[in-house]
Amino acid sequence: MHGGYGSMNILNGVNMTLYADEVGVIVGPNGAGKSTMLKAVFGLLNVNQGEILLNGQPIHNLPPNQLVERGMGFVPQEKNVFPSLTVKENLEMGAYLKPQNVKRMLEQVYDFFPPLVEKRHQPAGELSGGQRQMVAMGRALMAEPSLLLLDEPTAGLSPLYMNEIFDRVKKINAAGVGILMVEQNAKQALAIADKGFVLAAGQNRFTDTGAALLADPDVAKSFLGG
Amino acid sequence: MNELVFFINNVVIAGSVTGSIYAIGAIGVTLIFSIMRFAHFAHADIMTFGAFMVLLLTTAFPAVGASIGVPTALIMLPLAMLLTAALAVGIDKAFYKPLRAHGVKPIVMVIGSLGVTLMLQGLIRLFSGTGGQSLYVDDRKEIFRLALPFEGVRAPIVITEPQIYLFVITLVAVVALHLFLNRSRLGKAMRAMSDNPELAQASGINTNTIVAVTWVIAGALAAIAGTLLSLDVTFKPDLSFFLLLPIFAAAIVGGVGHPYGAIAGGFVVGFAETLAVFNWNVLLRPFRDSLPTWLELPSNLAFVGTEYKIVVPFFILVAILVWRPTGLFKGKVI
Repeated sequence: MHGGYGSMNILNGVNMTLYADEVGVIVGPNGAGKSTMLKAVFGLLNVNQGEILLNGQPIHNLPPNQLVERGMGFVPQEKNVFPSLTVKENLEMGAYLKPQNVKRMLEQVYDFFPPLVEKRHQPAGELSGGQRQMVAMGRALMAEPSLLLLDEPTAGLSPLYMNEIFDRVKKINAAGVGILMVEQNAKQALAIADKGFVLAAGQNRFTDTGAALLADPDVAKSFLGG
Repeated sequence: MNELVFFINNVVIAGSVTGSIYAIGAIGVTLIFSIMRFAHFAHADIMTFGAFMVLLLTTAFPAVGASIGVPTALIMLPLAMLLTAALAVGIDKAFYKPLRAHGVKPIVMVIGSLGVTLMLQGLIRLFSGTGGQSLYVDDRKEIFRLALPFEGVRAPIVITEPQIYLFVITLVAVVALHLFLNRSRLGKAMRAMSDNPELAQASGINTNTIVAVTWVIAGALAAIAGTLLSLDVTFKPDLSFFLLLPIFAAAIVGGVGHPYGAIAGGFVVGFAETLAVFNWNVLLRPFRDSLPTWLELPSNLAFVGTEYKIVVPFFILVAILVWRPTGLFKGKVI
């Protein structure tokens, strides 16, 4: 797949395959096109060449609302909550296309993120970074996605929250949701990954299981800081 | 006591009337800003359009109201709201949507709305003429004089029928808007889009629908404001246009993009205006004997003359922009 903003390609021939129920982790140096890759999958930028398939169906260049309907959820790295809406309202917006599911999914999301129950009537903008990340992931989960895209979910979080988020990701995956995430904390992320993709200069450099990538001395030397 | 009645008539009632109209107008302006991020200058003339629709309908069927006992104009208001909402959506489709599709800067949209306002004004003038016309075509404007049961009070509290309707309708509109924004799925989606349009889209919210809903609400509210203003005074094609500045002042005082702020801002500007032109001499007169003899009370003790009323919102606007650009409630900094 080739793609980028306008006609400029940031991604130059990326190839990724992820099976349902798997955790895929994209790592790589700054500017490798990790976030761009995620945005391309979610239809936020032009795919100029190649294709993106979801369950065998081509989905590239479909608008986001149709992707949500097809079972894809996206959590951006920044600005991933509605700050003036309450936590509960944020979650409700996630199920905007499936209003009949709100009640059931709210319970499920509160189950994944118990700290949100207490805060449900508070504006999301008043929450701490880690809680906000929970709201953001919860919002995406409300639509019952089969694939959840996470853009650096632990960026800027304290180690305590970081572990908690990785923990939740595992739990969400165990509940049958496929995960594709971009992470800076490569070691921790690859440890929970079924599949890891090391991206550099808009191409995959290494693709393997998370454990194999962690064990690979070449990957360790060039991308994981030794 | 007579002085107090004078104060109630000229400040409390007059201020509430002006404040209500500014508030309803400012809600529309602020909603449009919060969804589309531009200052909609054509809002005042959309108000005029609403009032003009009421005038047309009332002239066409002047006797409808008499049978029920309310002014015909008021019965025609819901229909006019519908027509005005349709106009607002139509204007968006014809003028603003193509601009949005090109991804223009907000200032281009503002200038576009200036064009729309001139066009609307011309069109309305073409059909209505330039003179004033009463919206009370066949009905009589009731004026209520409430005498206070106190000894020595001669002056009654004066309130007119349209003013009572204005207060009631403002209250209903504000409560309805509150319920819509906080309880309904569409209202919450509107707030979500105002907060974060990209994330709203990523949640599957159809932003085109939200834009259309915003125009419907803004248009309907504009029709209410324009009609109630014209009921209180008379219909004139440029009546609402002169309210553009105070309405924007109200929206900015309250914090742009903040509907409750717009309501508060409307009343702040409305009351500031009435208090500024109020003749304070009247209130001071009873204490004349206890004032030092060298202090002669001038017969007109207003802060500004009525003819310079417009400087008040202008001053408030400048003051807010200089000292508190986010407004009373935290709005978006323009």
